[in-house]
Amino acid sequence: MKHHDEEFIRRLDLKAVTLRKHIIEMLYLAKSGHPGGSLSAVEAIVALYFHHMHHDPKNPHDPNRDRFVLSKGHAAPALYAALAECGYFDVEELKHLRQINCMLQGHPVCTHIPGVEASTGSLGHGLSFAIGIALAGKLDKRNYRVYVMVGDGETNEGQIWEAATSATHYKLDNLTALIDRNFLQIDGNTEDVLRLESVRDRWSSFGWHVIEVDGHDIEEIIDALLSASEQKNQPTMIILNTVKGKGVSFMENNIDFHGVPPNEIEYKLAMKELDTAQKALEATL
Amino acid sequence: MKKKEMANPRDAYGETLVELGGKHPNIVVLDADLSKSTKTILFAKKYPDRFFEMGIAEANMISAAAGLASCGKIPFASTFAVFATGRVYDQIRIDVAYSEANVKIFATHGGISVGKDGASHQMIEDLTLMRVLPNMTVLAPSDATQTRRLVELMATTKGPMYARIGRANAPILYTKEDLKDIEIGKGLITKEGSDASIIACGTMVNQAVDAQEQLAKEGVSARVIDMHTIKPLDEKLVLRCLRDTNAIVTVEEHSIIGGLGGAVSEVLAENGSSVHFKRIGVQDMFCESGEPEELFDKYGLSTPHIIKTVKKLLK
Repeated sequence: MKHHDEEFIRRLDLKAVTLRKHIIEMLYLAKSGHPGGSLSAVEAIVALYFHHMHHDPKNPHDPNRDRFVLSKGHAAPALYAALAECGYFDVEELKHLRQINCMLQGHPVCTHIPGVEASTGSLGHGLSFAIGIALAGKLDKRNYRVYVMVGDGETNEGQIWEAATSATHYKLDNLTALIDRNFLQIDGNTEDVLRLESVRDRWSSFGWHVIEVDGHDIEEIIDALLSASEQKNQPTMIILNTVKGKGVSFMENNIDFHGVPPNEIEYKLAMKELDTAQKALEATL
Repeated sequence: MKKKEMANPRDAYGETLVELGGKHPNIVVLDADLSKSTKTILFAKKYPDRFFEMGIAEANMISAAAGLASCGKIPFASTFAVFATGRVYDQIRIDVAYSEANVKIFATHGGISVGKDGASHQMIEDLTLMRVLPNMTVLAPSDATQTRRLVELMATTKGPMYARIGRANAPILYTKEDLKDIEIGKGLITKEGSDASIIACGTMVNQAVDAQEQLAKEGVSARVIDMHTIKPLDEKLVLRCLRDTNAIVTVEEHSIIGGLGGAVSEVLAENGSSVHFKRIGVQDMFCESGEPEELFDKYGLSTPHIIKTVKKLLK
Protein backbone atom coordinates (compact mmCIF):
# COMPACT_ATOMS: atom_id res chain seq x y z
CA MET A 1 0.00 0.00 0.00
CA LYS A 2 3.00 2.27 -0.42
CA HIS A 3 1.79 5.60 -1.69
CA HIS A 4 3.98 8.21 -0.08
CA ASP A 5 5.99 10.77 -1.93
CA GLU A 6 9.40 9.25 -2.54
CA GLU A 7 11.31 12.36 -1.63
CA PHE A 8 9.40 12.70 1.59
CA ILE A 9 10.40 9.16 2.61
CA ARG A 10 14.02 9.84 1.63
CA ARG A 11 14.04 12.85 3.90
CA LEU A 12 12.88 10.65 6.76
CA ASP A 13 15.56 8.10 5.88
CA LEU A 14 18.04 10.92 6.05
CA LYS A 15 16.68 11.87 9.48
CA ALA A 16 17.27 8.28 10.54
CA VAL A 17 20.93 8.59 9.57
CA THR A 18 21.17 11.86 11.49
CA LEU A 19 19.76 10.13 14.57
CA ARG A 20 22.22 7.26 14.16
CA LYS A 21 25.13 9.72 13.99
CA HIS A 22 23.90 11.37 17.17
CA ILE A 23 23.57 7.99 18.86
CA ILE A 24 27.10 6.91 17.97
CA GLU A 25 28.58 10.22 19.03
CA MET A 26 26.59 10.31 22.28
CA LEU A 27 27.65 6.83 23.27
CA TYR A 28 31.24 7.45 22.29
CA LEU A 29 31.40 10.62 24.39
CA ALA A 30 29.51 9.03 27.28
CA LYS A 31 31.81 6.01 27.17
CA SER A 32 28.81 3.89 28.12
CA GLY A 33 25.30 3.06 26.96
CA HIS A 34 23.46 0.77 24.57
CA PRO A 35 24.20 1.04 20.83
CA GLY A 36 22.47 -2.11 19.53
CA GLY A 37 18.93 -1.50 20.73
CA SER A 38 19.17 2.23 20.10
CA LEU A 39 20.12 1.72 16.45
CA SER A 40 17.41 -0.90 15.82
CA ALA A 41 14.72 1.46 17.10
CA VAL A 42 15.59 4.44 14.91
CA GLU A 43 13.20 4.15 11.93
CA ALA A 44 10.11 3.65 14.11
CA ILE A 45 11.08 6.63 16.26
CA VAL A 46 11.65 8.75 13.14
CA ALA A 47 8.27 7.70 11.70
CA LEU A 48 6.55 8.65 14.94
CA TYR A 49 8.28 11.93 15.81
CA PHE A 50 8.87 13.33 12.33
CA HIS A 51 5.67 12.28 10.66
CA HIS A 52 2.93 10.40 12.42
CA MET A 53 2.49 11.83 15.90
CA HIS A 54 0.73 15.08 16.73
CA HIS A 55 3.05 16.86 19.07
CA ASP A 56 4.50 20.30 19.53
CA PRO A 57 7.94 20.73 21.09
CA LYS A 58 6.96 24.30 22.01
CA ASN A 59 3.99 23.00 23.97
CA PRO A 60 5.19 19.71 25.45
CA HIS A 61 2.36 19.54 28.00
CA ASP A 62 -0.49 20.02 25.53
CA PRO A 63 -3.21 17.74 26.93
CA ASN A 64 -4.20 16.74 23.40
CA ARG A 65 -0.72 15.68 22.27
CA ASP A 66 0.03 12.16 21.13
CA ARG A 67 2.35 10.41 23.56
CA PHE A 68 5.29 8.08 23.05
CA VAL A 69 6.57 5.85 25.86
CA LEU A 70 9.95 4.22 25.37
CA SER A 71 9.44 1.15 27.49
CA LYS A 72 12.80 -0.26 26.42
CA GLY A 73 14.45 2.63 28.22
CA HIS A 74 18.00 1.58 27.40
CA ALA A 75 17.35 2.88 23.86
CA ALA A 76 17.29 6.35 25.43
CA PRO A 77 19.93 7.74 22.99
CA ALA A 78 17.52 7.18 20.08
CA LEU A 79 14.73 8.98 21.92
CA TYR A 80 16.96 11.83 23.09
CA ALA A 81 18.34 12.31 19.58
CA ALA A 82 14.79 12.51 18.19
CA LEU A 83 13.63 14.92 20.90
CA ALA A 84 16.64 17.17 20.31
CA GLU A 85 16.17 17.11 16.53
CA CYS A 86 12.49 18.02 17.07
CA GLY A 87 13.51 20.96 19.23
CA TYR A 88 12.47 19.81 22.70
CA PHE A 89 15.94 20.78 23.87
CA ASP A 90 19.28 21.88 22.44
CA VAL A 91 21.13 19.33 20.30
CA GLU A 92 24.24 20.34 22.25
CA GLU A 93 22.78 18.51 25.29
CA LEU A 94 23.30 15.19 23.52
CA LYS A 95 27.03 15.51 24.06
CA HIS A 96 26.50 15.33 27.79
CA LEU A 97 24.59 12.07 27.97
CA ARG A 98 25.22 10.17 31.21
CA GLN A 99 27.46 12.91 32.63
CA ILE A 100 27.16 14.34 36.10
CA ASN A 101 25.23 17.60 36.52
CA CYS A 102 23.70 17.12 33.06
CA MET A 103 20.11 16.63 32.01
CA LEU A 104 20.25 13.46 29.95
CA GLN A 105 20.23 10.49 32.30
CA GLY A 106 21.32 7.02 31.26
CA HIS A 107 17.67 6.02 31.06
CA PRO A 108 14.70 8.32 30.36
CA VAL A 109 13.22 10.29 33.25
CA CYS A 110 10.03 12.28 32.85
CA THR A 111 10.55 14.79 35.64
CA HIS A 112 13.14 16.98 33.97
CA ILE A 113 13.76 16.02 30.35
CA PRO A 114 11.37 17.91 28.05
CA GLY A 115 9.38 15.53 25.87
CA VAL A 116 10.01 12.40 27.91
CA GLU A 117 6.62 11.03 28.95
CA ALA A 118 7.62 8.22 31.27
CA SER A 119 10.58 7.22 33.38
CA THR A 120 11.74 3.86 32.12
CA GLY A 121 14.73 1.59 32.28
CA SER A 122 13.38 -1.12 34.50
CA LEU A 123 11.83 -3.28 31.78
CA GLY A 124 8.17 -4.18 31.55
CA HIS A 125 6.56 -1.02 32.91
CA GLY A 126 5.97 1.12 29.85
CA LEU A 127 3.07 -0.75 28.31
CA SER A 128 1.14 -0.46 31.57
CA PHE A 129 2.01 3.23 31.83
CA ALA A 130 0.71 3.70 28.29
CA ILE A 131 -2.51 1.94 29.30
CA GLY A 132 -2.98 4.58 31.99
CA ILE A 133 -2.57 7.30 29.36
CA ALA A 134 -5.00 5.53 27.05
CA LEU A 135 -7.59 5.11 29.82
CA ALA A 136 -7.31 8.82 30.65
CA GLY A 137 -7.79 9.68 26.98
CA LYS A 138 -10.96 7.60 26.77
CA LEU A 139 -12.26 9.06 30.02
CA ASP A 140 -11.69 12.63 28.90
CA LYS A 141 -12.89 11.89 25.36
CA ARG A 142 -9.66 13.24 23.93
CA ASN A 143 -8.50 12.13 20.52
CA TYR A 144 -4.84 11.71 21.30
CA ARG A 145 -3.11 8.40 20.73
CA VAL A 146 -0.44 6.74 22.79
CA TYR A 147 2.48 4.80 21.34
CA VAL A 148 4.77 2.54 23.28
CA MET A 149 7.88 0.72 22.15
CA VAL A 150 8.89 -2.48 23.89
CA GLY A 151 11.96 -4.58 23.30
CA ASP A 152 11.52 -8.18 22.23
CA GLY A 153 13.58 -9.42 25.17
CA GLU A 154 11.53 -7.12 27.37
CA THR A 155 8.46 -9.25 26.76
CA ASN A 156 10.05 -11.88 29.02
CA GLU A 157 8.66 -9.72 31.83
CA GLY A 158 5.40 -10.93 33.35
CA GLN A 159 4.02 -7.41 33.64
CA ILE A 160 3.94 -7.17 29.85
CA TRP A 161 1.35 -9.91 29.79
CA GLU A 162 -0.70 -8.33 32.55
CA ALA A 163 -0.74 -5.24 30.37
CA ALA A 164 -1.46 -7.21 27.19
CA THR A 165 -4.56 -8.60 28.88
CA SER A 166 -5.62 -5.27 30.31
CA ALA A 167 -5.31 -3.35 27.02
CA THR A 168 -7.71 -5.67 25.20
CA HIS A 169 -10.07 -5.86 28.19
CA TYR A 170 -10.45 -2.09 28.00
CA LYS A 171 -10.62 -2.15 24.18
CA LEU A 172 -7.86 0.46 23.98
CA ASP A 173 -7.91 1.28 20.29
CA ASN A 174 -6.09 4.53 21.10
CA LEU A 175 -3.03 2.48 22.04
CA THR A 176 -0.42 1.25 19.58
CA ALA A 177 2.52 -0.81 20.75
CA LEU A 178 5.62 -1.50 18.70
CA ILE A 179 7.95 -4.38 19.44
CA ASP A 180 11.57 -4.01 18.37
CA ARG A 181 12.02 -7.57 17.13
CA ASN A 182 15.79 -7.72 16.75
CA PHE A 183 16.12 -11.26 18.10
CA LEU A 184 18.93 -10.41 20.48
CA GLN A 185 19.09 -9.83 24.20
CA ILE A 186 22.10 -9.66 26.51
CA ASP A 187 22.57 -13.38 27.04
CA GLY A 188 22.05 -14.27 23.40
CA ASN A 189 19.38 -15.00 20.81
CA THR A 190 15.90 -14.39 22.19
CA GLU A 191 14.87 -17.89 21.17
CA ASP A 192 17.69 -19.42 23.19
CA VAL A 193 17.28 -17.21 26.25
CA LEU A 194 13.50 -17.56 26.62
CA ARG A 195 11.59 -18.47 23.50
CA LEU A 196 9.26 -15.75 22.18
CA GLU A 197 7.98 -17.26 18.94
CA SER A 198 5.46 -16.99 17.66
CA VAL A 199 5.39 -13.34 18.65
CA ARG A 200 2.55 -12.72 16.22
CA ASP A 201 0.42 -15.58 17.53
CA ARG A 202 1.00 -14.61 21.14
CA TRP A 203 -0.22 -11.07 20.70
CA SER A 204 -3.13 -11.98 18.47
CA SER A 205 -4.21 -14.67 20.94
CA PHE A 206 -4.28 -11.95 23.61
CA GLY A 207 -6.73 -10.10 21.39
CA TRP A 208 -4.40 -7.60 19.75
CA HIS A 209 -4.53 -6.49 16.15
CA VAL A 210 -1.07 -7.46 14.88
CA ILE A 211 0.81 -5.96 11.95
CA GLU A 212 4.26 -7.09 10.92
CA VAL A 213 6.62 -4.78 9.05
CA ASP A 214 10.22 -4.32 8.08
CA GLY A 215 11.28 -2.19 11.04
CA HIS A 216 13.79 -0.31 8.91
CA ASP A 217 11.34 0.58 6.16
CA ILE A 218 9.86 3.91 7.19
CA GLU A 219 7.13 3.76 4.60
CA GLU A 220 5.92 0.39 5.86
CA ILE A 221 6.03 1.67 9.44
CA ILE A 222 4.00 4.75 8.54
CA ASP A 223 1.38 2.63 6.82
CA ALA A 224 1.19 0.33 9.83
CA LEU A 225 0.80 3.28 12.21
CA LEU A 226 -2.01 4.62 10.06
CA SER A 227 -3.73 1.26 9.92
CA ALA A 228 -3.43 0.95 13.72
CA SER A 229 -5.10 4.36 14.13
CA GLU A 230 -8.08 3.14 12.16
CA GLN A 231 -8.52 -0.05 14.16
CA LYS A 232 -11.61 -0.02 16.38
CA ASN A 233 -12.10 -1.63 19.79
CA GLN A 234 -8.70 -3.26 20.06
CA PRO A 235 -5.10 -2.20 20.53
CA THR A 236 -2.53 -2.81 17.82
CA MET A 237 0.89 -4.40 18.10
CA ILE A 238 3.28 -3.56 15.30
CA ILE A 239 6.05 -6.12 15.04
CA LEU A 240 9.11 -4.26 13.79
CA ASN A 241 11.42 -6.81 12.23
CA THR A 242 14.72 -5.14 12.91
CA VAL A 243 18.44 -5.69 13.03
CA LYS A 244 20.20 -4.97 16.28
CA GLY A 245 22.92 -2.40 15.65
CA LYS A 246 21.36 -1.44 12.29
CA GLY A 247 23.32 1.02 10.16
CA VAL A 248 26.79 0.30 11.47
CA SER A 249 28.10 -2.83 9.76
CA PHE A 250 30.18 -4.24 12.59
CA MET A 251 27.48 -3.61 15.15
CA GLU A 252 24.73 -5.32 13.17
CA ASN A 253 23.53 -8.54 14.80
CA ASN A 254 26.48 -8.29 17.17
CA ILE A 255 25.39 -8.84 20.77
CA ASP A 256 28.71 -7.47 21.99
CA PHE A 257 27.28 -4.05 21.18
CA HIS A 258 24.17 -4.42 23.35
CA GLY A 259 25.61 -2.40 26.19
CA VAL A 260 29.13 -1.48 25.13
CA PRO A 261 29.91 1.86 23.47
CA PRO A 262 32.26 2.23 20.50
CA ASN A 263 35.91 2.91 21.22
CA GLU A 264 37.75 5.58 19.24
CA ILE A 265 38.53 3.38 16.24
CA GLU A 266 35.02 1.98 16.17
CA TYR A 267 33.59 5.45 16.55
CA LYS A 268 35.52 6.73 13.54
CA LEU A 269 34.61 3.70 11.45
CA ALA A 270 30.94 3.99 12.37
CA MET A 271 30.82 7.70 11.58
CA LYS A 272 32.51 7.09 8.27
CA GLU A 273 29.87 4.52 7.31
CA LEU A 274 27.07 6.82 8.40
CA ASP A 275 28.57 9.78 6.54
CA THR A 276 28.65 7.67 3.41
CA ALA A 277 25.03 6.66 3.89
CA GLN A 278 24.10 10.28 4.47
CA LYS A 279 25.85 11.48 1.31
CA ALA A 280 24.23 8.75 -0.76
CA LEU A 281 20.79 9.80 0.45
CA GLU A 282 21.50 13.51 0.00
CA ALA A 283 22.55 12.82 -3.59
CA THR A 284 19.07 11.49 -4.35
CA LEU A 285 17.32 14.63 -3.12
CA MET B 1 -12.78 1.26 80.91
CA LYS B 2 -15.81 2.52 79.00
CA LYS B 3 -16.57 0.78 75.77
CA LYS B 4 -15.54 2.86 72.77
CA GLU B 5 -17.65 3.30 69.70
CA MET B 6 -16.28 1.33 66.76
CA ALA B 7 -16.04 2.05 63.05
CA ASN B 8 -14.19 0.47 60.19
CA PRO B 9 -11.51 2.66 58.59
CA ARG B 10 -12.06 0.78 55.34
CA ASP B 11 -15.65 2.03 55.22
CA ALA B 12 -14.35 5.50 55.97
CA TYR B 13 -11.95 5.19 53.04
CA GLY B 14 -14.62 4.05 50.59
CA GLU B 15 -17.13 6.66 51.74
CA THR B 16 -14.57 9.45 51.58
CA LEU B 17 -13.62 8.47 48.05
CA VAL B 18 -17.28 8.82 47.08
CA GLU B 19 -17.50 12.26 48.70
CA LEU B 20 -14.28 13.41 47.08
CA GLY B 21 -15.36 11.97 43.76
CA GLY B 22 -18.15 14.55 43.63
CA LYS B 23 -15.80 17.44 44.36
CA HIS B 24 -12.82 16.36 42.27
CA PRO B 25 -13.67 15.07 38.79
CA ASN B 26 -10.02 14.08 38.30
CA ILE B 27 -10.09 11.45 41.02
CA VAL B 28 -10.00 7.94 39.58
CA VAL B 29 -9.79 4.69 41.50
CA LEU B 30 -8.07 1.43 40.62
CA ASP B 31 -8.34 -1.90 42.39
CA ALA B 32 -6.92 -5.37 41.89
CA ASP B 33 -9.90 -7.65 42.45
CA LEU B 34 -10.32 -6.65 46.09
CA SER B 35 -12.76 -3.76 45.80
CA LYS B 36 -15.25 -5.39 48.15
CA SER B 37 -12.58 -5.63 50.83
CA THR B 38 -10.83 -2.32 50.28
CA LYS B 39 -14.28 -0.65 49.90
CA THR B 40 -13.37 1.05 46.66
CA ILE B 41 -16.53 -0.70 45.45
CA LEU B 42 -18.46 2.24 46.91
CA PHE B 43 -16.72 4.56 44.47
CA ALA B 44 -17.13 2.01 41.66
CA LYS B 45 -20.90 2.03 42.14
CA LYS B 46 -21.18 5.80 42.25
CA TYR B 47 -18.64 6.59 39.51
CA PRO B 48 -18.31 3.48 37.33
CA ASP B 49 -16.54 5.38 34.52
CA ARG B 50 -13.81 6.53 36.86
CA PHE B 51 -13.23 3.16 38.46
CA PHE B 52 -10.80 0.73 36.85
CA GLU B 53 -10.95 -2.91 37.85
CA MET B 54 -7.45 -4.10 36.99
CA GLY B 55 -7.83 -7.72 38.04
CA ILE B 56 -5.19 -9.66 39.92
CA ALA B 57 -2.41 -7.77 38.15
CA GLU B 58 -0.98 -5.34 40.65
CA ALA B 59 2.14 -4.36 38.70
CA ASN B 60 -0.01 -3.29 35.77
CA MET B 61 -2.29 -1.41 38.16
CA ILE B 62 0.51 0.69 39.68
CA SER B 63 2.15 1.58 36.35
CA ALA B 64 -1.24 2.36 34.79
CA ALA B 65 -2.05 4.58 37.78
CA ALA B 66 1.16 6.48 37.05
CA GLY B 67 0.11 6.83 33.40
CA LEU B 68 -3.26 8.21 34.50
CA ALA B 69 -1.49 10.64 36.83
CA SER B 70 0.66 11.84 33.91
CA CYS B 71 -2.59 12.98 32.28
CA GLY B 72 -3.69 15.00 35.31
CA LYS B 73 -5.78 12.34 37.02
CA ILE B 74 -5.55 11.76 40.76
CA PRO B 75 -5.46 7.98 40.96
CA PHE B 76 -6.11 6.09 44.18
CA ALA B 77 -4.83 2.54 43.74
CA SER B 78 -5.96 0.06 46.34
CA THR B 79 -5.35 -3.50 47.36
CA PHE B 80 -4.05 -5.30 50.46
CA ALA B 81 -0.82 -3.92 51.93
CA VAL B 82 1.17 -7.05 50.99
CA PHE B 83 0.26 -6.70 47.33
CA ALA B 84 0.32 -2.89 47.31
CA THR B 85 3.99 -2.67 48.25
CA GLY B 86 6.21 -5.76 48.20
CA ARG B 87 4.71 -7.19 45.05
CA VAL B 88 5.01 -3.94 43.12
CA TYR B 89 8.07 -2.36 44.66
CA ASP B 90 9.81 -1.75 41.35
CA GLN B 91 6.73 -0.20 39.77
CA ILE B 92 6.32 2.14 42.74
CA ARG B 93 10.00 2.95 42.76
CA ILE B 94 10.26 3.98 39.10
CA ASP B 95 6.78 4.99 37.95
CA VAL B 96 5.59 6.64 41.15
CA ALA B 97 8.46 7.77 43.39
CA TYR B 98 11.21 8.51 40.85
CA SER B 99 8.65 10.03 38.49
CA GLU B 100 7.11 12.13 41.28
CA ALA B 101 3.74 10.91 40.06
CA ASN B 102 0.63 12.11 41.84
CA VAL B 103 -0.38 8.54 42.66
CA LYS B 104 -2.06 7.66 45.94
CA ILE B 105 -1.52 4.06 46.97
CA PHE B 106 -4.06 3.23 49.64
CA ALA B 107 -3.58 -0.17 51.22
CA THR B 108 -5.88 -2.01 53.57
CA HIS B 109 -5.24 -5.16 55.63
CA GLY B 110 -1.88 -3.91 56.87
CA GLY B 111 -0.22 -5.52 59.88
CA ILE B 112 -0.81 -8.76 61.76
CA SER B 113 -4.43 -8.06 62.68
CA VAL B 114 -5.35 -9.53 59.29
CA GLY B 115 -5.26 -12.51 61.62
CA LYS B 116 -6.22 -15.92 60.40
CA ASP B 117 -4.92 -15.55 56.83
CA GLY B 118 -1.47 -15.96 58.33
CA ALA B 119 1.97 -14.49 57.73
CA SER B 120 1.67 -14.52 53.93
CA HIS B 121 -1.02 -11.84 54.27
CA GLN B 122 0.26 -10.04 57.36
CA MET B 123 2.21 -7.10 55.96
CA ILE B 124 4.79 -5.94 58.51
CA GLU B 125 7.37 -4.42 56.15
CA ASP B 126 5.37 -1.94 54.07
CA LEU B 127 6.11 1.21 56.08
CA THR B 128 9.84 0.49 55.80
CA LEU B 129 9.66 -0.29 52.10
CA MET B 130 7.74 2.90 51.34
CA ARG B 131 9.68 5.10 53.75
CA VAL B 132 13.01 4.42 52.07
CA LEU B 133 11.71 5.63 48.71
CA PRO B 134 12.67 9.23 47.91
CA ASN B 135 9.69 11.56 47.32
CA MET B 136 7.26 9.21 49.07
CA THR B 137 4.90 10.35 51.84
CA VAL B 138 3.90 7.53 54.19
CA LEU B 139 0.74 7.59 56.27
CA ALA B 140 -0.87 5.25 58.80
CA PRO B 141 -4.26 6.58 59.97
CA SER B 142 -5.40 5.39 63.38
CA ASP B 143 -9.20 5.46 63.22
CA ALA B 144 -12.09 6.05 60.84
CA THR B 145 -12.20 9.81 61.45
CA GLN B 146 -8.49 10.22 60.81
CA THR B 147 -8.74 8.02 57.73
CA ARG B 148 -11.35 10.40 56.32
CA ARG B 149 -9.27 13.47 56.97
CA LEU B 150 -6.05 12.00 55.63
CA VAL B 151 -7.71 10.69 52.48
CA GLU B 152 -9.03 14.22 51.91
CA LEU B 153 -5.51 15.59 52.32
CA MET B 154 -4.06 12.92 50.03
CA ALA B 155 -6.45 14.00 47.30
CA THR B 156 -5.54 17.65 47.58
CA THR B 157 -1.79 17.38 48.25
CA LYS B 158 0.41 16.70 45.23
CA GLY B 159 2.95 13.92 45.16
CA PRO B 160 3.46 10.20 45.61
CA MET B 161 1.80 8.86 48.75
CA TYR B 162 1.28 5.58 50.50
CA ALA B 163 -1.26 5.00 53.25
CA ARG B 164 -2.11 1.83 55.12
CA ILE B 165 -4.94 0.89 57.41
CA GLY B 166 -5.88 -2.38 59.05
CA ARG B 167 -8.66 -4.81 58.29
CA ALA B 168 -10.58 -4.71 61.54
CA ASN B 169 -13.05 -2.31 63.08
CA ALA B 170 -11.26 0.27 65.17
CA PRO B 171 -12.39 2.35 68.14
CA ILE B 172 -13.22 5.94 67.20
CA LEU B 173 -10.55 8.12 68.79
CA TYR B 174 -11.44 11.48 67.28
CA THR B 175 -14.32 13.67 66.25
CA LYS B 176 -14.19 15.51 62.97
CA GLU B 177 -13.71 18.72 64.96
CA ASP B 178 -10.65 17.24 66.71
CA LEU B 179 -8.97 16.78 63.33
CA LYS B 180 -10.07 19.90 61.51
CA ASP B 181 -6.48 21.23 61.50
CA ILE B 182 -4.68 17.92 60.93
CA GLU B 183 -1.67 18.22 58.64
CA ILE B 184 0.42 15.63 56.86
CA GLY B 185 3.77 15.54 58.64
CA LYS B 186 2.49 16.87 61.98
CA GLY B 187 1.92 14.29 64.71
CA LEU B 188 -0.93 14.67 67.18
CA ILE B 189 -0.64 14.75 70.95
CA THR B 190 -3.63 12.52 71.64
CA LYS B 191 -3.02 12.44 75.40
CA GLU B 192 -0.70 14.74 77.35
CA GLY B 193 1.70 13.30 79.90
CA SER B 194 5.06 14.03 81.51
CA ASP B 195 6.81 10.78 82.51
CA ALA B 196 6.95 8.82 79.30
CA SER B 197 6.01 9.26 75.64
CA ILE B 198 4.26 6.53 73.71
CA ILE B 199 4.64 7.30 70.02
CA ALA B 200 2.23 5.10 68.09
CA CYS B 201 0.75 4.88 64.63
CA GLY B 202 -2.22 3.28 62.93
CA THR B 203 -4.05 0.54 64.76
CA MET B 204 -1.67 0.78 67.72
CA VAL B 205 -2.72 4.29 68.76
CA ASN B 206 -5.76 2.82 70.44
CA GLN B 207 -3.64 0.31 72.37
CA ALA B 208 -1.41 3.20 73.40
CA VAL B 209 -4.40 5.19 74.68
CA ASP B 210 -5.57 2.17 76.67
CA ALA B 211 -2.09 1.77 78.11
CA GLN B 212 -2.00 5.46 79.00
CA GLU B 213 -5.27 5.15 80.95
CA GLN B 214 -4.01 2.13 82.89
CA LEU B 215 -0.68 3.78 83.59
CA ALA B 216 -2.45 6.88 84.92
CA LYS B 217 -4.22 4.71 87.47
CA GLU B 218 -0.84 3.44 88.58
CA GLY B 219 0.51 6.96 88.90
CA VAL B 220 2.48 7.07 85.66
CA SER B 221 1.83 10.02 83.39
CA ALA B 222 2.27 8.97 79.77
CA ARG B 223 1.92 11.12 76.68
CA VAL B 224 0.42 9.49 73.63
CA ILE B 225 1.54 10.69 70.23
CA ASP B 226 -0.46 9.66 67.18
CA MET B 227 2.25 9.73 64.52
CA HIS B 228 -0.05 9.29 61.54
CA THR B 229 2.70 10.44 59.16
CA ILE B 230 5.72 8.16 59.19
CA LYS B 231 7.35 10.24 56.47
CA PRO B 232 8.05 13.09 56.59
CA LEU B 233 8.44 12.38 60.31
CA ASP B 234 7.53 15.14 62.75
CA GLU B 235 11.04 15.38 64.15
CA LYS B 236 10.18 18.45 66.22
CA LEU B 237 7.57 16.50 68.09
CA VAL B 238 9.95 13.60 68.70
CA LEU B 239 12.51 16.04 70.09
CA ARG B 240 9.83 17.61 72.26
CA CYS B 241 9.12 14.17 73.73
CA LEU B 242 12.84 13.77 74.30
CA ARG B 243 12.91 17.06 76.18
CA ASP B 244 9.72 16.63 78.17
CA THR B 245 9.68 12.97 79.17
CA ASN B 246 12.10 10.41 80.62
CA ALA B 247 11.27 7.47 78.39
CA ILE B 248 10.07 6.95 74.83
CA VAL B 249 8.46 3.91 73.30
CA THR B 250 7.25 3.50 69.75
CA VAL B 251 4.35 1.18 68.98
CA GLU B 252 3.42 -0.04 65.53
CA GLU B 253 1.68 -3.01 63.96
CA HIS B 254 4.76 -3.54 61.87
CA SER B 255 8.30 -4.83 62.06
CA ILE B 256 10.45 -2.95 64.56
CA ILE B 257 12.96 -2.53 61.73
CA GLY B 258 12.73 0.57 59.61
CA GLY B 259 9.16 1.72 60.24
CA LEU B 260 7.97 4.16 62.90
CA GLY B 261 10.40 2.75 65.47
CA GLY B 262 13.24 2.93 62.99
CA ALA B 263 12.39 6.50 62.01
CA VAL B 264 12.15 7.69 65.62
CA SER B 265 15.41 5.95 66.61
CA GLU B 266 17.22 7.70 63.78
CA VAL B 267 16.10 11.09 65.11
CA LEU B 268 16.99 10.19 68.69
CA ALA B 269 20.42 8.80 67.78
CA GLU B 270 21.37 11.78 65.65
CA ASN B 271 20.41 14.12 68.47
CA GLY B 272 22.74 12.39 70.92
CA SER B 273 19.88 11.09 72.99
CA SER B 274 20.48 8.69 75.85
CA VAL B 275 16.76 8.57 76.68
CA HIS B 276 15.33 5.22 77.78
CA PHE B 277 13.89 3.99 74.52
CA LYS B 278 12.20 0.85 73.22
CA ARG B 279 10.57 -0.09 69.93
CA ILE B 280 7.39 -2.13 70.28
CA GLY B 281 6.29 -4.03 67.21
CA VAL B 282 6.82 -7.34 65.51
CA GLN B 283 10.36 -8.59 66.12
CA ASP B 284 12.46 -9.70 63.14
CA MET B 285 10.18 -12.63 62.34
CA PHE B 286 7.06 -13.74 60.53
CA CYS B 287 3.96 -14.37 62.66
CA GLU B 288 1.19 -16.95 62.13
CA SER B 289 -2.55 -17.48 61.84
CA GLY B 290 -4.68 -16.52 64.81
CA GLU B 291 -7.18 -14.01 66.18
CA PRO B 292 -5.81 -10.45 66.20
CA GLU B 293 -5.94 -10.24 70.00
CA GLU B 294 -4.13 -13.57 70.32
CA LEU B 295 -1.47 -12.37 67.91
CA PHE B 296 -1.00 -9.02 69.69
CA ASP B 297 -0.63 -10.94 72.92
CA LYS B 298 1.81 -13.55 71.64
CA TYR B 299 3.96 -11.15 69.61
CA GLY B 300 4.18 -8.40 72.20
CA LEU B 301 1.85 -5.69 70.83
CA SER B 302 -0.88 -5.85 73.47
CA THR B 303 -1.78 -3.08 75.90
CA PRO B 304 -0.30 -4.95 78.91
CA HIS B 305 2.93 -5.29 76.96
CA ILE B 306 3.06 -1.55 76.34
CA ILE B 307 2.38 -0.86 80.03
CA LYS B 308 5.10 -3.27 81.14
CA THR B 309 7.60 -1.75 78.72
CA VAL B 310 6.91 1.82 79.82
CA LYS B 311 7.22 0.92 83.50
CA LYS B 312 10.45 -0.96 82.92
CA LEU B 313 11.97 1.99 81.06
CA LEU B 314 11.05 4.37 83.89
CA LYS B 315 12.57 2.20 86.63
